[in-house]
Amino acid sequence: MTSTTRSAMPVDLTDAQIEEFGRELDAIRDEVFDSRGERDRRYILKVIRTQRLLAVTGRFVIYAGLFFLPAWGHPLAMWATSLSIIGLGTAMLGIAKILENMEIGHNVMHAQWDWMKDPNIQSNTWEWDTMGPSDRWMHSHNVVHHTWTNVLGKDLDVGYGIMRVTPMQKWHPAYLFQPITFVLLMLLFEEGVALHEQALDDHLHGRKTFAEVKPVLKHVARKAWRQIVKDYIAWPGAAALVAIPLSFYLPWSPWAVFGLVAGANAIANVMRNIWTFTIIFCGHFPGGAYNFTQQQVEGETRARWYLRQLLGSCNIEGGKLFHVLSGNLSHQIEHHLFPDMCSNRYPEVSPRVRALAARYGLPYNSASLTRQFGSTWLKNLRLAFPGGEHLDPVMARA
Amino acid sequence: MQTDASAQPRAPSLWSRVTAVTDYFAWPLRTSHYVELVNPLWASHSLQARVEKVWDETKDARTLTLRPGVNWRGHRAGQHARLGVPIGGMHYTRTYTISSAPERDDRCITITVKAIAGGRMSHHLVRQIKVGDYLPLGLPQGDFYLPDAQPVKPLFITAGSGITPAMSMLRALIAQQRLPDTAHIHYAPHEFDVIFGNELRAMAAQHPRYKLSLQLTQAISAGSAAERHFSAAQLDALCPDWREREVYACGPQSLLDALEQHWQGAGLSRRLHIERFRAMQAPIPPDAVGGLVRFSKSGVQASADHLTPLLRVAEDAGMNPPHGCRMGICHTCNTRLLGGCVRDLRTGKLLNDVGAIVQTCVCAAAGDCELDL
Repeated sequence: MTSTTRSAMPVDLTDAQIEEFGRELDAIRDEVFDSRGERDRRYILKVIRTQRLLAVTGRFVIYAGLFFLPAWGHPLAMWATSLSIIGLGTAMLGIAKILENMEIGHNVMHAQWDWMKDPNIQSNTWEWDTMGPSDRWMHSHNVVHHTWTNVLGKDLDVGYGIMRVTPMQKWHPAYLFQPITFVLLMLLFEEGVALHEQALDDHLHGRKTFAEVKPVLKHVARKAWRQIVKDYIAWPGAAALVAIPLSFYLPWSPWAVFGLVAGANAIANVMRNIWTFTIIFCGHFPGGAYNFTQQQVEGETRARWYLRQLLGSCNIEGGKLFHVLSGNLSHQIEHHLFPDMCSNRYPEVSPRVRALAARYGLPYNSASLTRQFGSTWLKNLRLAFPGGEHLDPVMARA
Repeated sequence: MQTDASAQPRAPSLWSRVTAVTDYFAWPLRTSHYVELVNPLWASHSLQARVEKVWDETKDARTLTLRPGVNWRGHRAGQHARLGVPIGGMHYTRTYTISSAPERDDRCITITVKAIAGGRMSHHLVRQIKVGDYLPLGLPQGDFYLPDAQPVKPLFITAGSGITPAMSMLRALIAQQRLPDTAHIHYAPHEFDVIFGNELRAMAAQHPRYKLSLQLTQAISAGSAAERHFSAAQLDALCPDWREREVYACGPQSLLDALEQHWQGAGLSRRLHIERFRAMQAPIPPDAVGGLVRFSKSGVQASADHLTPLLRVAEDAGMNPPHGCRMGICHTCNTRLLGGCVRDLRTGKLLNDVGAIVQTCVCAAAGDCELDL
């Protein structure tokens, strides 16, 4: 492996062919952008409405479950009914949070719906249901990750600064713990995203003083606090208030009720964490995904940028509901080629991009969730130890 | 210093105290976003109106009866409001005069829209809107309304859809049961083009103090068409005491210009109150040229003439830049000039400082230019 082979794109195409490939993708983009209309507006309004109904219903189903606690003494009052109703509400709330983060929040903040000029659905004013404030996320995601996709030392999402996801990263003994980091990040993904900050990374590497990053941290803390208030104080607290009269008979009841609601909310949040982690890790880390060096992207044209997005992203196959719940990030390749295209259009663009890639002899990494997540997990285990060059498609070929 | 009781901050309502608490439950949204699921009219984060009734006044004019949301505040007769409409998935905004009286007791308002040839939004409103649609609405605005100290002898001069503010004023005066000695000259092409025709005639029949003169400028009858347009002689004939009257006028540019000239000549400009649907435009020098307009953020280029507002140029090029009143009042369309030269159509002044604020709805290209859109 020499540095000269690394500086070129790992494909057997001439510069002219790459440019032609880029023009064809531009044509697809223009065609879809020109055909946006009423149908797309109805889609996003429907998703937003469904999500809000689901969220509020889920929360009240959790409350309803409290009326079946054994202490009520009526025939249906037992732990089994109570917990299954609370479980149903938790599942509804979890799915609502998944929809809100993936299909709505992520995509609105990508400016996919800005073309409608609807003052209520604009990327610069949207706030989402997660610990990280939207504006900070838009910077680390839209600017850093989408511009520098899979470029080592530029894209913070390559291993998030805590994991070795490609053999191109130098091994360090700290990476021995990365299978544990993997699981912890899966469970606490929301908090991880909030702390996933270029500014924080700069501070940890001594490039910025604490005073410089303090305003950013304060901003993040304010957002996180409102999230905590909602899920772990307001909703459980209101339930506990209702239970106060009961405490004359059952002294512990307000605490039990508080704990049940807070626990249900926590489980809904963790459900969302596991799901988003799974989808997002399947986007760039499964076997066969390419990574790039900074020399490779120097003086990159738009066509080469397209090519890098195609090589560095992976799709997940599944049904219609699966695609919606994944925020259409199961079409990660299309999303990275056209980040500001309305997400409901990715399914129709996907076969065209796939055919285009086949025509140019380019890889198009698409497989089932089991295969993509399995290979991500195996790669994570293998790369905890030194070596593993065969896991990189370019290094393996050399 | 003068103190005004109405300027004191009002105590927050019970509902706003409740939502201040429930907003903690709704974060990052607000309570209103969930209330909207039940009834969009109860939402406080965005004002909407429900279309209650559509009524065709003439072959190309339609009256929409709208029920505004709870945050609506009453208008004054003659004011206008911004109305949004999604067309092809995109939001467009236009300003329409409210034609109903504030005294209307069902809390509804009406607007009357005339389909203008080539008008994207007016066409949509007149042809596509159905009962039950919800449309985003702005609060009432505008300084063309009857003062509280009601004019003793008003004269309304209106033409075409310019009838709408006058209609609101007339309806209000009648509802308040204090209709003064009122003269009204209204111009329309034909009998069947008169918006509110039946209501106007009924009012004239019922209220002896309301004197309506309909001028049908293209009807077939004796005399030339020119006689039926506004002229000094015609005014003297239709309303001999016009010098004593407070005039409220609304209609096309040419009529308003003629009125302004006439009242200025008589030294009575202070008595003339005018509502313009379009910003008054300065004469354009004969050597004015358009040019190539570059919209830097969207990467779009379009050639524009020296007359078309840049907003329209951008829209015709497939963009949808922010805009509101389209007459240079609200500054929603403000953007920065990155290079080149534009002409403010209202004053005729040229703008060529890099970084200057450009109101795209009232500025046209003056040679090549580049905008931060």
